[in-house]
This record gives sequence, C-alpha cells and structure tokens, in this order.
Amino acid sequence: MSDPTMTMVASINATLAAEMERDERVVVFGEDVALSGGVFRATDGLLDRFGEDRVVDMPLAEAAILGAAVGLAAGGMVPVPEIQFLGFSYQAMHQLAGQIARFRYRTQGRFAMPITIRAPYGGGVRTPELHSDSLEGQLTNIAGLKVVTPSTAADAKGLLTEAIRDPDPVVFLEPLRGYRGVKGPVPEGEYRVPFGKARWATPGDDVTIITWSYQVEVALRAARNLAQQGLSVGVLDLRTLVPLDVEEIMAAVERTGRVVVVEEAVPTGGFAAEVIATINEHAFWSLEAPPVRVSGFDAPYPVGQLEDTYVPDARRIEAAVLRLLEVRP
Amino acid sequence: MPTTLHNEDLIAMLCEMIKARVASDRLWSLQRQGRIGTIAPIDGQEATTVGATWALDPATDWVVPQYREPLALGRFGPEVLNRFAAWALGHPEGGHIPEPVRVFPPQISLATQILHAVGLAWALKLRGEPGVVLVFFGDGSTSEGDFYEAGNLAGVLEVPVIFLCSNNQWAISTPTSKQTAAAGFASKAEAFGIPGVTVDGMDPLAVHEVVAAARDRALAGSGATLIEAVNYRLNAHTTADDPTRYVPEDELAEARERDPLVTFRRQLEARGIWDRHHQTDAEEAASSAIDHAWNWATNLPLNQLDLFDHVFANLTPRQQQQRDALAAHLNHGTDADGGAR
Repeated sequence: MSDPTMTMVASINATLAAEMERDERVVVFGEDVALSGGVFRATDGLLDRFGEDRVVDMPLAEAAILGAAVGLAAGGMVPVPEIQFLGFSYQAMHQLAGQIARFRYRTQGRFAMPITIRAPYGGGVRTPELHSDSLEGQLTNIAGLKVVTPSTAADAKGLLTEAIRDPDPVVFLEPLRGYRGVKGPVPEGEYRVPFGKARWATPGDDVTIITWSYQVEVALRAARNLAQQGLSVGVLDLRTLVPLDVEEIMAAVERTGRVVVVEEAVPTGGFAAEVIATINEHAFWSLEAPPVRVSGFDAPYPVGQLEDTYVPDARRIEAAVLRLLEVRP
Repeated sequence: MPTTLHNEDLIAMLCEMIKARVASDRLWSLQRQGRIGTIAPIDGQEATTVGATWALDPATDWVVPQYREPLALGRFGPEVLNRFAAWALGHPEGGHIPEPVRVFPPQISLATQILHAVGLAWALKLRGEPGVVLVFFGDGSTSEGDFYEAGNLAGVLEVPVIFLCSNNQWAISTPTSKQTAAAGFASKAEAFGIPGVTVDGMDPLAVHEVVAAARDRALAGSGATLIEAVNYRLNAHTTADDPTRYVPEDELAEARERDPLVTFRRQLEARGIWDRHHQTDAEEAASSAIDHAWNWATNLPLNQLDLFDHVFANLTPRQQQQRDALAAHLNHGTDADGGAR
C-alpha cells in the first residue's frame, strides 16, 4: 500500500486538521485564515470543521497576532498563529524576539510558550515587495526559538506535527514555491519527524550541498545535472536550523571533504555562514577545499524582474560545485 | 469581590500602600549602596495600584503589571514582593512568580504586556473560566503601537480585560502633552469600541469603584474597559533619573499635597479607624515585609550554569555542549569557547 501523494500545502492543511482534532487546546488564528481558508488555502476547511472559536480571522496587526499568542499560551492554549508572509514579521519582531522567545526563560519555566508560528517565505513567485524575504539569519540569532524549514510534503506533516506538540516556540517556515510546486508521498496516520535530524535528499561522494527549504529542490536539480557529467553530489536537507544536526553535517564533511552551502537569504550574518563556521570549528581537517556559499546577495530581496538573478538557481550551484572540485589540497 | 469595602478592607489597603512606599524607599537605598541595579520607585502610584487590585479576586483574576506595580501587589500575596526583590537583585528567580499566584512578571518592553493581557483574557473566555485580566501600563505606553493593537483586538474579541493606564504625567522626562493631542487617554477607548473612564488615581476608593464596575462588565461578557487613573510621579522615573532637570517645582509641590499616603490616611482617621499606632504598626510591618523579601532574595542559591536553564524545556545538543564547556571553564579554567557544536 503506497502513501497518498499530496502537495505541501495539502499536507500542511491535513496536519493542522489532525492536530486540532487531537488536542482541543489548539487554536489557529491570523489574517484571512478562517473565512477564506488562508491566502494559500493552508487553513481551508478548518473553520467549518472546528468553528469560529478555534479558527479565527484576526485584525490586520502582526504584533497583535503574536502578542496575543503569549497570553493564550500562558492561559493554557496551544496557539498556532499564521503570519501571512514572513517579511511582515518585522512588524511583530518585538513580540517574537522580545517576548515569545524569552517568556519561558524570564519566568523560569512557569509560562511555557508552546506556540507554532507558521509563515510562508522564499522567492520565485513574483510577489510584491517584502513577501519573499528569507529571515533565517535573524530568527536563528534569537535564543529561545526553534526554526523549522521543511522541504517535502512528508516532512511538512512530520515536522508540523512535532512543532505543534513541542513545548517551546517554533517558527515553521513554509516555502512559497513549495506549496504547490512540491508534491510527494505523505505517510498516513501518526507521523512525526524529530527536530535536529538532517535528511539526505540524495547521497553523494564527491561534493555535499547543504541546504534547507525550497533550495533542496534546486540543489537536487543541480545534483542531477552534475550526475550527467559523472559527478556524485549529495544533498543534505537540514530540516531544522535550530536545533541543528551538527553530527550529520560533520559526517557529510568527512564523506566528501567538499561542501557547498545554499541559502536564499542575504549572505552577511546569515545561516549559511553559521553552518560554515561550525564546519571550520569541528571538521576543518576533513576539508579538502574551502567551503563555498551560494546565497542571495547583500541587497534587499528585489522586485520581480530581478528575483531570478537574486535567488540561487541550479546553474549557480553547479558552477560552485565545479569550482570546488578544481581545488586541490 | 468586595464591591463594597468594609473597614478592614480600607485598613488593609492603606497598609499595602504604606508597604509599597516603604519597600520602594528600601530598594532605592539599596541601589544607592550599590547592592542592586536600577529600580523604579512607586511614589504617587500606590493608590492606583492598590485601589485597582482590591477590586479583583486573586483566586480567579490576573494582573499583568508593567515594572512599578509589583511593589504594591500584596493583594496577590507576599510572594510577589519576594520575587520583585530577587528581580531587583538580578536573580533569575525574580521573573518566576510561582503557581498559583496569578501575576505576570515585570515587563520592560513597554506596552507589549497589553497584548499579552488580551491573549490571556481570550484564553479565559475560550476555556470558559471565570475571571478577568487587569493590565497596567503608563501614559507613555499609550504611544506604542501595541496599545492600539491591543485595544482594537480586545474590542473585536470582546474579552474580559481591563486596561488600566496609570497616568503619572511623565514618561521619564516627556510630559503627557507630548504623548498625545487627545483630550485624555481614556478618550482613546472610542476607537476600540469599548468604554473609557477617567478616575482620580490618587484616590484608592475611586479607582476601586471604576475597576469593580469594569470587572462586573467583563464578567457579564460585555468585554473590555479602558481606565485612565490620573496620578502623579512623586519621585524620579528611576534611580538613574534626575527629575529636577525637568519637573516644575510648583507642579510637584502641588502634587505632593495630594500624596495618597497622606490623603487616604486622613480619610481613615476621619472615619475613626486609623490612628498613629496603626501608622507605626503599618510602617513596622512594611519594613519587616521588605526585610523578609530582601533576605529571601539574597539567600537564593545561584549557579552560573543556570543561564542555560529554561531557554527551552530541554537543552539542545548545541546548548549542552556550550554548557559543558562553560562548566569546565568555570571549574578548571579550560577553554569555554572551543566551538559551538
């Protein structure tokens, strides 16, 4: 019996429904999540099924959405707020970084914050400004948040289930391009993917591409193209940035000695830099070439006619891999 | 809860106001002695805080304070003052007000707590629990976006929350005339679709009356109320502030005439339920309460490795590695920064 094939957004929708069914404390709220079912239909049908107390259209105010989540959590609920696009979280960053991430710490455990903040992000779909920004670097620099970045429909289920059941705040980043651009088999019934366990999207012996979210798809494309030239390129999907699977990153470095880290974000101070710093600290002597970063650029996420140049594509990744293979220790 | 206050309530209220002032003075002295960091005194805001909390039921209602009020939350038990002393001392337990005390920790990022209160009131409503949430904030906080977002959200959700703006006239050095062009802060309630009330915040009985009415309204399912309690900051903003640079002397002198610790005491004396013996006893009890809190706080155990506790329910592998390296460094002087795995 094979698992049903679903898009990522359908997997997220089904997982939300399953978790609301399982735990009546789970409440879903955000802008346009109830009546319209979300601008990407991620929450479609939840209002009819669970009612207006548990699926709530909020006033258009991101700080109110996340600030209310703090009080709901303190009051015994399990909030699953949606920020309609991650770029809009700038208007709630004081509640996210200054409050949600520190409330358990500030109260020494009295008030846990079992909050899952869902937000679509990432480029390539011709959105207006601030709809596509990749903010992993900012988010992972906030102690007290877990940052989760699924790249497949199955992981969307397994990681979202884990996020909602996690006793701490999780920022669950959903790739815009993956909502309908990624399809795959999704296990039926109870399915959880533990945090901090990276996944080999494809194994390889010559070079490892380390990435997450939609760039896993792009990296796989690059790996397939390079395979036609006889190269064995592995793709390691980090799945969660906090907590980070350092062990598997080290295993990858030991296996191939050559690493490309791919991210869509602004590179300076970004998460790819964190991955490379970690490699340098722990696996420097296993490297056969300096790690390479393929990323966005030190420019704001651009308008539509420039975005295909900004967002890493397979050609840029392939070029980086080939350059890396030219290095001889 | 007592909509009608009996003599013993009035006496307890004055005792709590005295305790707040005495505790505030003690923390001020401790700061001047270099034993604690910056602290915000409560002088002038005791009547607002005590009058409001005496309208609440500590068994069902919640208080979400800013950072001055914990000095005067004895209505919710002595633990609040203990924890506040630890907070002033910089001990991690200072932010931990234990179950079942329904009080949030002090808030530094102004106005954020107003949204937390709305969320908490929303949880009470969803869970069908009795009770209301009273949230304190200052005149300056009403300029923050979170104040408007919270008022708006509470209006839409019809949740049992009471917004209490403790207007002490000064946001550090900025007077209310530079915070708003509106005719008073209570008028902002109109934009939220909730009632707004202004009350003399130097009169604990007046504050009690409006908060009790707002509580009744909230418990009846009619939603939120915005209350502006007009008081005056009789001391500096904090130990780091010099109000002589900006507070007009005559204005301060006039406000001192309305010091609630003096006016309320006179009221009780006129009723024949307070005399100088009560005063002496209350001051001694206050002194002993802050002594106890300070002793408790200074005797709390502390381990430097506690800095990793309660970031998450469990340490991540990377935190564990950092903690182990730090422990080795603290114990043996080894390298604490050998790489964050």
